[in-house]
Amino acid sequence: MRAFEYASPTTKEQVVSLLGSQWGEAEVLAGGTDLLALMKDDIVHPKRLVNLKEVRELRGITYSPGQGLRIGALATIQDLLDSAVVARSYRALAQAAEGITSPQIRNMGTVAGDLCQRPRCWYYRAGFGLFAKDEKGESLVKNGDNRYHAILGNSGPAYYVNPSSLAPALVAMGARVHVYGPQGAREIPAGRFYLTPSAEGEREYDLKPNEIVTAISVPPLGGMKNSTYEVRQREALDWPLAAASVVLRMSGNTVESARVVMGHVAPVPWRSTEAEQFLVGKSINEEVAQGAGNVAVLQAKSLSRNAYKVQLARTSVKRALLDAARGGGR
Amino acid sequence: MAEYKWPEAEKRTLIGKRVSRVDGPEKVSGKAKYTYDIKRPGMLYGKILRSPHAHAKIVSIDSAEAEKMPGVRAVKVIQGPGTEIRWAGDEILAVAAVDEPTAEDALRAIKVTYEVLPHLVVDNDTKAAAEMQMARQAAAETKGEPDKAFAESEVISEGTYGMPVITHCCLEPHGSIAEWEGEQNLTVHISTQNVSGIAGEMARPLEIPAGNVRVRMDHVGGGFGSKFGPDRWGIEGARLSKLAGGKPVKIMLERDAELMVAGTRPSAYARVKVGAKKDGTILAWESESWGSGGIGGGGSPPLPYVFAIPNQKKQHTAIQNNVGSSRAWRAPNHPQGCLITMGALEDMAAQLGMDPLDFFLKNIDLTGQRAEIYREEFNIAADLIGWKKNWHPRGDKTAGPIKRGLGLSLHTWGGGGHASDCDVTIHPDGSVEVKMGTQDLGTGTRTTIMMVAAETFGLPMNSINLLIGDNRYPTSGGSGGSTTIGGVSASPRRGSVDALDLLFAKVAPALKAEPADLEAVGGMIRVKSDPKRALPWKQACAKLGAMPVTARGKNPGPGTLTSQGVGGVQMADVSVDVETGVVKVNKIVAVQDCGLIIDLKTAESQVYGALIMGVCSALYEERVMDAATGRMLNPNMEFYKLAGIGDIGELVVHMMTGKGYDERGVIGLGEPPAISPTAVLSNAVANAIGVRVPSLPLTPDRVLDALEKKGGNNARI
Repeated sequence: MRAFEYASPTTKEQVVSLLGSQWGEAEVLAGGTDLLALMKDDIVHPKRLVNLKEVRELRGITYSPGQGLRIGALATIQDLLDSAVVARSYRALAQAAEGITSPQIRNMGTVAGDLCQRPRCWYYRAGFGLFAKDEKGESLVKNGDNRYHAILGNSGPAYYVNPSSLAPALVAMGARVHVYGPQGAREIPAGRFYLTPSAEGEREYDLKPNEIVTAISVPPLGGMKNSTYEVRQREALDWPLAAASVVLRMSGNTVESARVVMGHVAPVPWRSTEAEQFLVGKSINEEVAQGAGNVAVLQAKSLSRNAYKVQLARTSVKRALLDAARGGGR
Repeated sequence: MAEYKWPEAEKRTLIGKRVSRVDGPEKVSGKAKYTYDIKRPGMLYGKILRSPHAHAKIVSIDSAEAEKMPGVRAVKVIQGPGTEIRWAGDEILAVAAVDEPTAEDALRAIKVTYEVLPHLVVDNDTKAAAEMQMARQAAAETKGEPDKAFAESEVISEGTYGMPVITHCCLEPHGSIAEWEGEQNLTVHISTQNVSGIAGEMARPLEIPAGNVRVRMDHVGGGFGSKFGPDRWGIEGARLSKLAGGKPVKIMLERDAELMVAGTRPSAYARVKVGAKKDGTILAWESESWGSGGIGGGGSPPLPYVFAIPNQKKQHTAIQNNVGSSRAWRAPNHPQGCLITMGALEDMAAQLGMDPLDFFLKNIDLTGQRAEIYREEFNIAADLIGWKKNWHPRGDKTAGPIKRGLGLSLHTWGGGGHASDCDVTIHPDGSVEVKMGTQDLGTGTRTTIMMVAAETFGLPMNSINLLIGDNRYPTSGGSGGSTTIGGVSASPRRGSVDALDLLFAKVAPALKAEPADLEAVGGMIRVKSDPKRALPWKQACAKLGAMPVTARGKNPGPGTLTSQGVGGVQMADVSVDVETGVVKVNKIVAVQDCGLIIDLKTAESQVYGALIMGVCSALYEERVMDAATGRMLNPNMEFYKLAGIGDIGELVVHMMTGKGYDERGVIGLGEPPAISPTAVLSNAVANAIGVRVPSLPLTPDRVLDALEKKGGNNARI
């Protein structure tokens, strides 16, 4: 790992003043479960690390029936799992957190860190860049081993998948990402937080180099049924191959409105409005859930090695819907 | 002349019992020091610059800037300009610095220019390999009259089977710490399977007498066949140390280097045709196989495995591609031969509409001398997994996406004891010392040596002071090929018997008996014919006077203490989600013979470990090479996947012991149980989902692809 400056401020104002105006100058350090590995592999090499863990106002999870859930950026995955209100009222989020099966990452990794981790694309992690091109400018991913890459939103140059475990659930729940920077605070709907960059050096999310996530707020779900289903090969820590989070506003047994968001299938959490419209006015059963899954992947275009992910995404949507309708634990 | 044999079953106090490993508490408490943990005063950290190209010629190396960096103590070119590099990760240059970050900075400051050359890194494309002249016809053989036998066959089954290259993925990476005392004496702490053999391999390139190389190691975090030599980085570490004035230099491979350059198991793929009569009698085998062990080419799997099918036609093509050479990996070539053969035979059983257990038993005589052992083992395994109750014809017809299936396999291995010397010393104060230049790979070697000595002396285990892990002790073999336990149990048995004879000679007058009439039992030296005439061990040893007695135990030697040749069978029960392709192991049963077992508990552990490795390679492990860049895409433990505890399922181990087994003497166990797991899991998945997934690992993409294409030759390997 290269040498770096280390700063450990105690207020968010100090944090933003310590961050640079260009990406690459400084990185924020929370749990470090992704950043330190990137630094050891020399994929990122910031001149300065700004530790967030002493900024107390970024901690904690609070809930009020009127406002809903407020998750501090520094809340850990384990904090989410320990929260009774998350388990009770935000099941899809709890299920997504359960999918992070490493005790080390649960205890060190933060919610904002899960949202802002960098893509797990193995070409990116091998140092070939986010868009991984060969000397002729051809995509190494498109022509190479793309078994873990995108089946949606993959017209290039980005072929990686959004790596966040929690984002699909948060997007489906209509969460908002609270950001602080030199111009003060702003809020971004979670569904618009992620961007697909088109040039190396840009980031995959809507943050300026001197902005930080301070919290994530999730509105009260008011009894809406919700669930997350992830396809992971292993019980041991394993990135989902595909996932889906669904939130259903029901009228009796009938779906009044739905949110269907797939994870690990596109460079951003992928909301399927087609599946959402398909579900309106229907009651959830095996056939309807399968139909929604089919509709959700209609636009999918697989790369040379990842056609199987279409089936996994379809199944994730189907199983999340059936689980949400049952309303029971997994 | 003493008689060298194992004690009769009714007289054994330790041998064959379940004894917990003696170094367990040290290991679980973190007290045990591995090579990685060793820190020497003034120690420098070595790092290796590796080639980013799979095939290139080095044009120039400029290390001037690195040499001037503060904290850099030595820079050494390993392969200079003009050298042809033939795999990504090959060593170019080494540096030693005061800490790891400085060494890494130094590597980044070195400028190497390469002339990049065409490469081949895929391991299963014989056509591409032939075009680049990297394919070699390794073996072609015909036995009997295969054409005639196929013509006479009433049923013919064809399929494709294979497994990719996997790495050893030792949790403690390869590495060593080297330091010089003067110009001629070197001390090396090294993570190795071969404490006694390292000195010679280091002395030659370093041009010093082998006797001047001291080798030490207390604990090793895995080797699996990949840690027999000092490796180039070990030699270069010693050279860096010399350049740095003899200061200790530590080079431990980073995780990515460990996965890229420190050993692989060759891949093997085969198209197989089997011919049989309707009643299940196997008549003929034809196989066309290929695979790669890297630039060295790799071995050719034994086909057909164990079953000596009377009519055979087979050929193997070795692909020599631009990746580092393979190394021995638990039972070299056997897991590959086993997967291909057991898969092809299980497919034949399915085609015949036969229960594969009946089919295997019908043809069991083709396995030769161990046929009866296999038969007995299959019966035990079938009971343990509920084969008769749980087996169904191919394709679980129950509703829902979760399909369950059973699979079976059998295997064989040699496992005779290697050469091993040890010194057994009885001191006048009653203490006992055993010195042997062996190593404990984590298999229980320490425990078993102490059990043998304690059993022979009639003492509790904690009265044996065992010294291993140092090449100043008598030479013992490398721990590999299942040769360890036979060697390290036979030599202390002989040495202890001889040391006891020396003691008996001194004690006999005091007990008014002939030395040959004495025995050591329960902490006493007593007269066999009159056990009341006895001396407690300590008082007996006091008769030695001032000087201890030492006997050299050897293997090989007189008496049958070790032999070779074992057979084992396994069965597996899996569930497959056909909507996701995810395979879960419910249960694996392993029934294994290995002659006389010294420690039943660590023997069972050895089998558990083999099954766990088998689950890993059946379901997860695969070295992924990028065709365009020639680099490994998963040199990390995120994407080079191993099983976690929740992925392993229930493991049931049954060791064959007692009459018919014990009298064969001690036989090694490292390899045999590691052979069948991938075959049983592949067969169980085929039974569950109704089609063969041709190649390992059994990942969701392969399982779904096989289901879609109806398996066999249609699916992707």
